Amino acid sequence: MEHIHKRFPGVYALNDVSYELRAGEVHALLGENGAGKSTLIKVLGGIYHPEEGDIYIDGKKVTIAGVRDAQENGIAIIHQELVLVPHMTVAENIFLGREHGSGVLIDRKKMTEEAQALLDAQEINIEADKLIKDLTIAQQQMVEIVKAISYDSKILVMDEPTSSISDKEVAFLFQTMRKLTAKGVGIVYISHKMSELEEICDRVTIMRDGQYVGTKVVKETTKDDLIAMMVGRELTNYYTRDYQEPGETLLKCEHISDGKMVQDASFELKKGEIIGFAGLVGAGRSETMKCIFGLTKGSKGDVYVKGQKVNVQSPIDALKYGIALVPEDRKLEGLYHVQSVRFNSTIEVLEQFIHGISVDSKKEVDITQKYIDMMSTKTPTQEQAIGNLSGGNQQKVMIGRWLATSPDILILDEPTRGVDVGAKSEIYAIMNQLVKEGMSIIMISSELPEIINMSDRVYVMAEGRVAGCLDHSEVTQESIMQLAAN
Amino acid sequence: MAQGATKKASSNKAVAFLKENMGIIGALLVLCVFLAVFPATSGSFLTSKNIFNVLRQISTNMFLACGMTMVIILGGIDLSVGSIIALSGVLAAGCVSRYDLPIAVALIVGVLIGLVIGVFNGFVISSTTIPPFIVTLATMNIARGLAKVYTGGSPVRVVTKEWQFIGAGYVGFVPVPVILMLIVLVITALIMNKTKMGRHIYAVGGNAQAAVFSGIKVSRVKFFVHAFSGVMAGLAGIVLASRMYSGQPTAGEGAEMDAIAAVVVGGTSMAGGSGKIGGTIIGALIIGILNNGLNLLNVNSFWQDVVKGIVILLAVFIDYVKNTKEKA
Repeated sequence: MEHIHKRFPGVYALNDVSYELRAGEVHALLGENGAGKSTLIKVLGGIYHPEEGDIYIDGKKVTIAGVRDAQENGIAIIHQELVLVPHMTVAENIFLGREHGSGVLIDRKKMTEEAQALLDAQEINIEADKLIKDLTIAQQQMVEIVKAISYDSKILVMDEPTSSISDKEVAFLFQTMRKLTAKGVGIVYISHKMSELEEICDRVTIMRDGQYVGTKVVKETTKDDLIAMMVGRELTNYYTRDYQEPGETLLKCEHISDGKMVQDASFELKKGEIIGFAGLVGAGRSETMKCIFGLTKGSKGDVYVKGQKVNVQSPIDALKYGIALVPEDRKLEGLYHVQSVRFNSTIEVLEQFIHGISVDSKKEVDITQKYIDMMSTKTPTQEQAIGNLSGGNQQKVMIGRWLATSPDILILDEPTRGVDVGAKSEIYAIMNQLVKEGMSIIMISSELPEIINMSDRVYVMAEGRVAGCLDHSEVTQESIMQLAAN
Repeated sequence: MAQGATKKASSNKAVAFLKENMGIIGALLVLCVFLAVFPATSGSFLTSKNIFNVLRQISTNMFLACGMTMVIILGGIDLSVGSIIALSGVLAAGCVSRYDLPIAVALIVGVLIGLVIGVFNGFVISSTTIPPFIVTLATMNIARGLAKVYTGGSPVRVVTKEWQFIGAGYVGFVPVPVILMLIVLVITALIMNKTKMGRHIYAVGGNAQAAVFSGIKVSRVKFFVHAFSGVMAGLAGIVLASRMYSGQPTAGEGAEMDAIAAVVVGGTSMAGGSGKIGGTIIGALIIGILNNGLNLLNVNSFWQDVVKGIVILLAVFIDYVKNTKEKA
């Protein structure tokens, strides 16, 4: 792709961007949210049409006017949000739109057999006649990959494929990717996770503000260099954490269980402390927090806040005891997409400015502004629909929303998922500041580096139980994984 | 200083509202100017008699549209309102003509009928996952059926003169339904814009799962909104029965569709989570004035339906074009 320009009204989304993918390489596309990665991919996929610039495949200039063109040119895109049909089988999904059969009748048997052959060829252990909705996210991703391969794609684009799968599944994904590159497939890889680049990528192209910044060979560069190129400045302290002597025990949870995912989990949290919750996907971390926050009906176990046993039946109860939870899945569980930043910021604290039928608009504006400033959220106005902000800024509004309730205990479930590096670093700094001011934080995260660098102590969960607790002085990736995989 | 800021904020809001609804406000103005200037209608359209007449005709639809706006913002739909008009009308009329009850009692009974069906809708919708479309489709049939059973299919006439006050009476020179309409609009606007319940309606409609995490009592919100919609339909029922001197088992047939049309023309998304009562008012006005204009132009009623359909599609299309432009 050479000298691609794409303008939107008021925005120069792509300004002279070039990108080159060789056969058999994994070439990362790196940049903060809003840098133009997705736009570039959409140009490649035929969803957007550039005003200027050319695309060459195997040295030949091609025009990609639509999705069908992209497919015919051997380009397959695996989007971050998977686009499979949940109530259809694996085989039906793989052959969606080009079903086998004569006339109007579909040869289901032949389709299933062929799909199974494709799956087996990749050594993927999924039955082709299963329904998509019964698969895990990681398995669904594999189906997407197989679907892409079945088109004989030469160019495979993967948009943050690892954002919602566990480390073990990531390893398998990488294995599959290596098999593909060995056959000459070129992979465009978009990710926010630096550690993955070293492991899987050959080269990396960095973008910033719709512009091409540079291309590097991964082995010849360092993480700090890349970050500096992405944010345009040096991030001296990526993680900010001043450890302090924690205070008295604030929250104590004993024998928490929800009868399914959580089996007898116990832990405690001290004042002014960040505790991390590590574990594989499905270990029951989020579910444990949902029990404590009153979101799970019929959960068992004892919760003590400041030594007092409390009975939390709903989020309202939890808020009363000073517990706030920023949920894991922003889109699904947090955002009111079409509503404004202000609406989203204040929904938890309506009683502070709405009394009966009188709304104190000024106070509402002030509360919103306070948390915009505190989180340094970038939004044009408070009226901006939150769906239009970048992931990082959405997350900042989410955290601000719950901080507005002045909690003593803040539970952050995957606080930096889908958040660009700059905003990540800012979120870490804010967490550090909050605990310095006496707040206590529980952080669930699947990113081990942030768990290791931010936590006073790390609880590792496995199969619904707390498998162990590691102090920050002794915690390493290996020690966590050992407990998690137990 | 603080007051100045609030004033500025509210005038900003008005500007934003105008901007957002430019399309339909424009359509409304074009329609009014056309009717005021076109020779065949210019003599009759801008008379105060005709204007109040239009407003009175709109009032029934406006009651329904108030409830429907909330229901649709919640992400649901209420198909039962048209049938509630019939059931509440025949029972209220029956109270007077069959049981000799005071008119005030009859009117209250009428509104309560709406409340009861609304509460039933709300209860089923909030405590199960059965889609509102199905639940209200069922109560639509039940209410219509009950109205027919009660009347044996023929109208329940009321000869008492006072009966007509609420539907056909005047206070000064303003028709009573118009006054009721204004009161209802103010109440609806207050609930939606000034109360916690209002915010919660937008939140649940925007993202029900997030609302659960926010500690919003989702089922209570659903219950309230459907009960409110039922009351609005009950109110429409007694107003209509009063105006027609009778409770008619066929009254309000298709009325739910007119209410939905007003809401959608007014820019509320069927996907839920967004919409404004101001838009609905304009939507109801467009549909009402259009009907009036076509009557003044002597267009036959079959063609009126065709024109109404085209206008609904056009209004929503303008919105669609505007939104896609903003997004791109």
